[in-house]
Amino acid sequence: MARFIVRRIGQMLLVLFAVSALTFLIFNVIPGGDPAVRMAGRHPDPGQLARIRAEWGFNDPVYVQYLKTMQKTFTGDLSSYTTNVDVVDELRKRAPRTFALAIGAAIIWMLAATAIGLYTAARAGRFADRSITILALVGISMPVFWVGALMNYYLGFKWGIFPNGGYVPFADDPWEWFYHLIMPWTALSILFIGVYSRVLRSNILDTINEDYVRTARAKGLSERRVMYRHVLRNSLIPIVTLWGLDFGAVLGGGTILTETVFDIQGVGQYAAESIGQLDVPPVLAITLFGSFFIVLLNTVVDILYAAIDPRIRLQ
Amino acid sequence: MPEPLLSVRDLEVSFATDEGVVQAVDGVSFDIGQGEILAVVGESGSGKSVSAMTLMGLTRSPNARFSGSAMYKGEDLISASDERLQDVRGAEIAMIFQDPMSSLNPVQKIGAQIVEQIQAHEALPDAQARERVVELLERVGIPRARERIDSYPFEFSGGMRQRVMIALALSCDPNVLIADEPTTALDVTIQAQILQRIRSLRDETGAAVILVTHDLGVVADIADRVAVMYAGRIVEQGSLDDIFYDPQHPYTWGLLGSITRVDKPRPARLPAIAGLPPSLADRPEGCHFRPRCPHEFAKCTEVPPLEARVEGGQHLDRCWLTVEQKRSDREVLPGEIGLRSKEGAPA
Ligand SMILES: Nc1ncnc2c1ncn2[C@@H]1O[C@H](COP(=O)(O)OP(=O)(O)OP(=O)(O)O)[C@@H](O)[C@H]1O
Ligand SMILES: [Mg+2]
Repeated sequence: MARFIVRRIGQMLLVLFAVSALTFLIFNVIPGGDPAVRMAGRHPDPGQLARIRAEWGFNDPVYVQYLKTMQKTFTGDLSSYTTNVDVVDELRKRAPRTFALAIGAAIIWMLAATAIGLYTAARAGRFADRSITILALVGISMPVFWVGALMNYYLGFKWGIFPNGGYVPFADDPWEWFYHLIMPWTALSILFIGVYSRVLRSNILDTINEDYVRTARAKGLSERRVMYRHVLRNSLIPIVTLWGLDFGAVLGGGTILTETVFDIQGVGQYAAESIGQLDVPPVLAITLFGSFFIVLLNTVVDILYAAIDPRIRLQ
Repeated sequence: MPEPLLSVRDLEVSFATDEGVVQAVDGVSFDIGQGEILAVVGESGSGKSVSAMTLMGLTRSPNARFSGSAMYKGEDLISASDERLQDVRGAEIAMIFQDPMSSLNPVQKIGAQIVEQIQAHEALPDAQARERVVELLERVGIPRARERIDSYPFEFSGGMRQRVMIALALSCDPNVLIADEPTTALDVTIQAQILQRIRSLRDETGAAVILVTHDLGVVADIADRVAVMYAGRIVEQGSLDDIFYDPQHPYTWGLLGSITRVDKPRPARLPAIAGLPPSLADRPEGCHFRPRCPHEFAKCTEVPPLEARVEGGQHLDRCWLTVEQKRSDREVLPGEIGLRSKEGAPA
């Protein structure tokens, strides 16, 4: 176990390095990427450009610039090229919004998918199952930005059932926080509910024919107990893995569209804005933030998987 | 004979499938008394498992149809409600399944799986239930039971898992134990040990045992009475001696002739019965064995009832031949029972 964790931390550092170096390089070579030109304003004179370049260290070799930026990221005094705002402060401010969105959505999609998966498996092949299958396929094929825009327009703007975007911190007003997040949570969850409920349904239908389920019945357990303790539990094992991985992916960039559509002002929206302005420091910091969670959740999933399925051993 | 513990009458089970209606069990009747071991033998697909599982309601499904009765303590199990069957399962009638490798939940500790059954039927505190499981595991011959109670099935060999299955089946002291090919997946030495366990269980608790098998060696070893099944029907039923020394049905002769024997030179043995059993969705009319039987005659297109044709009344069979014909026809070599190959039929 200890060796496993040490190895995973090593891997994580490697991934973070590779991702950040690559991001930095990409933003250095894309056309229009020169930050000095944009900082200097519309009609810069050569002297001013030179001064900015010297001051920000844009004349240094790329790897020196990279190392300096990384150092600043971790000491917490990295500022944006366009707004001069401290990037780490900004991330700290925005992260809770992204967490609220991602965690809430992950819980919703898991619960909803479990309920739907169970329901459709119990009625496999019947009308209810078939109609929900079609709905799930529709849900899977609807893009978030489109669903989000429709919800925002009808439920938010036109009928005024929900607030038309925005975010209220939990500490300010828990109810408003919840109320504002209902639509974003739903929009972000739809795709996952569609996928997860399908996967769970087929897992359940496979598990139900397992010999050990017949044994469970032969023991005289109630049908309910057979279903929950033996069928559902074993069917959920692969889904829990998927859940952890998807949650990591959502934290690491999967909320960009949802945040932007509903104006949540979280990390994802920050990423979208910064990329639009080719603002390297926040992009770099957000990339690190995202990859950190993706790798972290991968590790957590492996540990969790070994805990719920004794046949798996960590190595 | 005293009042039987379990009395099955005209049991029929059919499944609606894409290929049509599969009549898996067709008019099975038998009685079993306390402390008796009834062996059910027959080729693969003859309906042994379906008959056995139906007694516990384990074949119930939307596409299954049942008729007949299985009286247990004055109550019919075939028409009993699901809730009533839950009380019977595990506590009164327990079952050991064919494949020990897949019959235990892979992600639960074996002890917990047995405790679950005990607590489904008795309000026993965890500690006491665990204590009982340790005793059970010791009784079925699992070494260091106290430590192994928290192992997972994958940490056990096939033979050990089958012992766990037996311990599970015994955990509530059932009156009827159904063992569906409990040793098929195991090697020969383990097989003998498991059979020994089942026999000593019968001796200790007086449970009735229904042993499903296709191995006549096992039958000779352990059974008191034998029912031979073919294509969903019992074709012959009698005491161990009836079946082995005075078999009445040509199918039984075939089974006996194909036993692997170490006491006879090879060429003296007959090949397995030629041909294949019929599809259960489309069975020949009359006697189902007719297409494979060298002794077929005109009457065989009518279904022979299962009745006593031999003197004595306890030995039943489904064959139209007269007892004298049978006794002379079954002798393929002097003193040796078997089934001739059918003319024109592929060997
Ligand atoms: N749920 C079901 N739906 C349709 N057909 C079934 C079902 N269960 C069993 N059958 C069919 O019933 C027939 C009898 O099966 P059964 O398992 O009782 O045979 P068996 O005598 O136990 O054979 P084996 O020695 O291979 O275990 C088989 O042809 C099988 O395909
Ligand atoms: Mg079987």
